[in-house]
Amino acid sequence: MRSSGQDQQKSRSIWQRLHIDVPLLIGILALLFLGLFLVYSAGGQESAIVYRKIRSIGVALLGMFIIAQIPPLAYRKWAVPVFILGLLMLSSVLLFGHVGKGAQRWLDLGVIKFQPSEVMKLIVPIMIAWFVSQENLPVKISTVILAFILVLLPTLLIAKQPDLGTALLIASSGIFVIFLAGASWRLIGVCVGLASAFVPILWMFLMKDYQKQRVMTFLNPEQDPLGSGYHIIQSKIAIGSGGIQGKGWLQGTQSQLEFLPERHTDFIFSVFSEEFGLIGVAILLAVYLFVVMRGLWIAVNAQHAFTKLLAGSLTLTFFVYVFVNIGMVSGLLPVVGVPLPLVSYGGTSMVTLLLGFGILMAISTHRRFHV
Amino acid sequence: MTKRRIVIRNQSAEANLFARRAFIAFAGVVLVLLILFGNIFSLQVDSFEKYKTRSNSNRIKLLPVAPNRGLITDRNGVLLADNKPVYSLEVIAEDVENLKESIAQVSQLLDINTERQEKFFKSLKQKRRFKPVELHSRLSDQQVALFSVNQHKFPGIFVNARLKRYYPFSDLTTHNLGYVARINRKDLNKLEREGKSDNYAATYGIGRLGIERYYEELLHGTIGHQEVEINNQGRVIRTLNYTPPVPGKDLKLTLDIELQMIAKRALSGHRGAIVAMDPRTGEILAMYSNPSYDGNLFVHGISSKDYKKLLNSKDLPLINRSVQGYPPASTVKPFLALTGLEENIVTEKTEIYDPGWYQLEGLPNRYRDWKLWGHGNVDLSKAIEQSCNTYFFDLAFKLGITRISNMMYQFGFGDYTGIDIHEESKGIMPSIAWKRARYNKPWYTGETLSVGIGQSYWTVTPLQLAQALTTLVNHGERKVPHLLKANSELVIESNGNTYHQITPTSYEPRPPLTLKKDKHWDVVLKAMHNTVQKVGATAYTPFKGVTYDASGKTGSAQVAGIKQDEKYDAESRTENERDNAMFIAFAPFDKPEIVVAVAIENVAKGGGATNAAPVAKQIMDQYFGDRVITSKTHQVATTLPLKAKTPSTIATTH
Repeated sequence: MRSSGQDQQKSRSIWQRLHIDVPLLIGILALLFLGLFLVYSAGGQESAIVYRKIRSIGVALLGMFIIAQIPPLAYRKWAVPVFILGLLMLSSVLLFGHVGKGAQRWLDLGVIKFQPSEVMKLIVPIMIAWFVSQENLPVKISTVILAFILVLLPTLLIAKQPDLGTALLIASSGIFVIFLAGASWRLIGVCVGLASAFVPILWMFLMKDYQKQRVMTFLNPEQDPLGSGYHIIQSKIAIGSGGIQGKGWLQGTQSQLEFLPERHTDFIFSVFSEEFGLIGVAILLAVYLFVVMRGLWIAVNAQHAFTKLLAGSLTLTFFVYVFVNIGMVSGLLPVVGVPLPLVSYGGTSMVTLLLGFGILMAISTHRRFHV
Repeated sequence: MTKRRIVIRNQSAEANLFARRAFIAFAGVVLVLLILFGNIFSLQVDSFEKYKTRSNSNRIKLLPVAPNRGLITDRNGVLLADNKPVYSLEVIAEDVENLKESIAQVSQLLDINTERQEKFFKSLKQKRRFKPVELHSRLSDQQVALFSVNQHKFPGIFVNARLKRYYPFSDLTTHNLGYVARINRKDLNKLEREGKSDNYAATYGIGRLGIERYYEELLHGTIGHQEVEINNQGRVIRTLNYTPPVPGKDLKLTLDIELQMIAKRALSGHRGAIVAMDPRTGEILAMYSNPSYDGNLFVHGISSKDYKKLLNSKDLPLINRSVQGYPPASTVKPFLALTGLEENIVTEKTEIYDPGWYQLEGLPNRYRDWKLWGHGNVDLSKAIEQSCNTYFFDLAFKLGITRISNMMYQFGFGDYTGIDIHEESKGIMPSIAWKRARYNKPWYTGETLSVGIGQSYWTVTPLQLAQALTTLVNHGERKVPHLLKANSELVIESNGNTYHQITPTSYEPRPPLTLKKDKHWDVVLKAMHNTVQKVGATAYTPFKGVTYDASGKTGSAQVAGIKQDEKYDAESRTENERDNAMFIAFAPFDKPEIVVAVAIENVAKGGGATNAAPVAKQIMDQYFGDRVITSKTHQVATTLPLKAKTPSTIATTH
């Protein structure tokens, strides 16, 4: 609790005192609301699945609200220990994953699941933003290299699980910080060059057969229309047959007759496009654009390099979800398990996303009183 | 606390830089959105007609078809694991006009209790539309017939048949076969990691223990696919294309189910295990652990009440005792005697005098023989025949623990035998290093003496005993104990002929164990022959009158410690403290065809000879039937040698 001048106190609206950023909240609620309708349609029109989603939305919104109360500069203190703790948890997940061969299968009943990789989605941008903002911006080359290593550690640990979707999101959250911190264009050029040189190595040595299969499917889905290309083809038929106006809510044959895989999670955008058409897609993309704009506005107006970088990275990573998910279901990108943010069914990713927005709101509402 | 570094910040320059970068990022976001939108636009506007047509004609669905699991038979082709159709009554609620009434009627017709009906209505709420919900999971044949006749009255209700595993011999084979149980989340994760989950898309169960688990890959087979046409309600109209699944391979085991039955009968009322093996090949003829349990319970998903009962039973039926460690007691004396010969500690003729106890020089402790007044003069053969402890205390002391354990490793004690089930225990072959690692304590000489009579920390599994005995009767040639004889695959030729292609399984044992003198094998084997054949030897009585020329060695293991000079008395002890009875045997002497190892826990009275040897005899009786075999290489003296002062009392213990 920091004391602030009386006149400033007066000028604060009720929302600011609650540390809620109203435009952001409106965008988030719109997406969550849409998600409820879609999950009902995609999940075989059961109300139970909607109730479950409402419950996790409630929990996640509460979490967002609590996070928003914490002054964002306080994160800096905890960045390093929490980052190290996160790395330890990730390594223990890897080690622990191999133990399960023992003879105790008899007593293996309830399992409590905890995903350190989800938490890392927030910890990594905090850590990198803290690290980079130690120095004056723009960042020096040495700082960039060290920051890259810091990003690479958790990314590799998660990729090894293997969870390519999450690894991708975490890597981009770190890279966005570096980019926003003003890494020189020459350096960016070199990195892009190195990354593309790395692709053949990845293909030849690191990717597993089923991962290669996914990429092959992506490149030519029609080659094996009833095999692994099936999902992508069905998804494209769903989107394409929606046309401009869509078939109407609950009327999408592709979704309702279960041609689409994972309708209420990763492929929910296909359900949406089929039932609401191009008009719906345009509105949805506009809402996402609005949320991104508001996030970047908060970042630009933040008064400390650390909060600027953090807010910018969280916002852009949010957009990566949108890009990867829509790109994958419409056949632009290979299938990696990334949900459509705030719309897909699935508690964990939504909680993480809303906690991230909690941080954004904190940055937006605490900024005037403390530099 | 954050390290305070003095950085003179140029706030406005930083803000400008950041704003520039944020703007570039924003431009990137807009660009990406335009690309995404452009792509959707081309799908929904440019290719709309194409996809609309495809969507309308999209009536083809790909349904996975589970392969039939391979069958398992015994060595004579008797079916041990079958796939039996299980009939369930299922309801598609959307197709039933008056659901409540129809359910009530059909329940009355088939006598389905209200509990099942309630369960049905409960699970109805959680199901997708047009997906069948189970009203009854296991209809009897009568119920199926009754319903079939009346089916026309109940649109939307139908009988579904599924193949599920069935073990006709129930608990007789469970410890060997294991069972198939419903695939759980953990199995799914594992299949996912191994890239096999696609192949299991339609599969109900997975091998959980024993053969079913070990040979899961052979038994499962390959998934098939059915391309079906559906109507606008999502219902299947007809099959367009069918890729049949490839059934799993049938397995032929080495077990002889009749021998297995005898094993069960012989062990009834006891906790214990039997392993019978063919020493020429390592084929396991019978392996039974009592008490056992019915694997069929797990196939249908065991109720928690039944499971608790199994789990909490003090007889531990879930444990496969044939691969669990027991103190070997005197059954390992032949192996120790061989070690003595090999290390030149004793010869065939070396004699010691047994006053009934053994004492280490300078120490007060007396290690007692089981015979209070001693065996008098004892040589190697007599030491085995009479199971003389004093002889082996002395031998073990002279050998020392290191030479003992090194030789016992050679016989496979303290290590996996390599049998084709995963539940095997290694047992414990103690050594100085082992004790240091396990207890961080030095080795005591007194413990060496206990090892000399198969006690102390030493534990062996009945399977290990059978394997070690195999090595012994084969003069060092080792065999890997195994249950799988061959697997077969149904081959269909293009001209329509079918045949079973049988692939025998081969096992690679360790290289043979060679001794400095090959005749040492015979010295020990002859002593074991005497143990059964000689009047007055420890295993003479139980095998009296048999015609197949058996050899063997008894053992009685102390489970609870007995104090110095205290006499063991079974009746005064609680059941868990009573001795274990052990026995190993082989027959015929000249060219052994079968080795048997028996362990019986906490016997009420007597030891290996009175409790375990008769069990082994029943197995061998069954195996040899009426065959009459006599040894051409070793004649057993019909009377006791003169120098033995022991009266011809018949030893009943040890």
